[in-house]
Amino acid sequence: MTEDEFTAYQSLSEETEDHRWAFGTGFTDPLEGIDASVPPGVDAQALGAYCLMLGDDALIYSHRLQQWMTRMPELEEETALANVALDLLGQARMLLARAGLAEGAGRQEDQLAFFRDEHEFRNVLLAERQDADFAELAGRLLIFSAWRLALFGRLAASADPVLAAIAAKSVQELAYHRDYAAQWVIRLGDGTPLSHGKMQAALGAIWPLVAELFQPDPVTAALPAVAADPAGVRAEVDAVLDTVLAAATLERPDVAPLARVAGRSGRDGVHTEAFGYLLAELQSVARAHPDATW
Amino acid sequence: MTEPQVRSGWPLYEVFLRGKRGLNHVHVGSLHAADPQMALRHARDLYTRRNEGVSIWVVAARDITASSPDEKDPFFAPSGDKIYRHPTFYEIPDDVPHM
Repeated sequence: MTEDEFTAYQSLSEETEDHRWAFGTGFTDPLEGIDASVPPGVDAQALGAYCLMLGDDALIYSHRLQQWMTRMPELEEETALANVALDLLGQARMLLARAGLAEGAGRQEDQLAFFRDEHEFRNVLLAERQDADFAELAGRLLIFSAWRLALFGRLAASADPVLAAIAAKSVQELAYHRDYAAQWVIRLGDGTPLSHGKMQAALGAIWPLVAELFQPDPVTAALPAVAADPAGVRAEVDAVLDTVLAAATLERPDVAPLARVAGRSGRDGVHTEAFGYLLAELQSVARAHPDATW
Repeated sequence: MTEPQVRSGWPLYEVFLRGKRGLNHVHVGSLHAADPQMALRHARDLYTRRNEGVSIWVVAARDITASSPDEKDPFFAPSGDKIYRHPTFYEIPDDVPHM
């Protein structure tokens, strides 16, 4: 690590008094005290857009997980999933804050999370999908965390020291999320005929959204040393999924990818119908009471 | 063949945590899980959220043999008045921790 990266990483790893953050409680900037200047030769607007993509993935996925709260089959599982949701929310905070600083228009994480409309969100469609049952929850989390872990493993060597530090911190969280989801996919797939059937059906329902994860996009292409090429992690993610599916006695679904809308999808701000409802729930308090604190 | 256990039948596990190197594992609570591997993960999620541990043990509660409250007196009372068993005749140096 260079000295810049080391300092950024240390600042992120330090214990803070900011664990009990919630909207309106006057929290501090998650990147406070970090040198947020954009390295020379890096397109700051593209860097902002890229952090927004990764931050939106985490923010929206975290909200979908939060919707499982009070609905999980066991108290222990509910806490486990709440931990995952909180990890992703933490990643979203840092990435949205980084996005705001890089684009330089004075937008902070709250404005980005609560005061953008549907078409301005850049998350992949897999993040916004609503789980129909527990098997879909496990399968979707496995695919998402395996993909995100592969991406962030590469981003830990990003030319932007702040993004590299955020990625390095997130990798350990994501490794646990992937492990948690894999345990359940194997348990259900290699369980009873009923659980096997439900797990296989869940994979079939989710799989049309997998292709988008590896779709090249212009923002990533504009940041050669900073961003991780999504197409480049496909082999690594496939290998992980194949290993888990084999242990779970499950078949890789043979289904066509979800059709893009005039060549566009989540990364271009084109979302599914369910997304509007999710966003309304996520943003309603902040929009009813703008700038409120308590 | 009997039906597999339903979720309400998940057995109880006792959780022991070691806070840092050099200390003992200490009992911190219990949880429900389908098997030991799941119990270990649940323990991580329930009992180490605030960075409490470096090592976790889980033990199925049914595997613990405990002394009975009914036998409390014959078990423990006889040692109460045998003060010569207590090493009270030397001083513990200040820099010996955890005694």
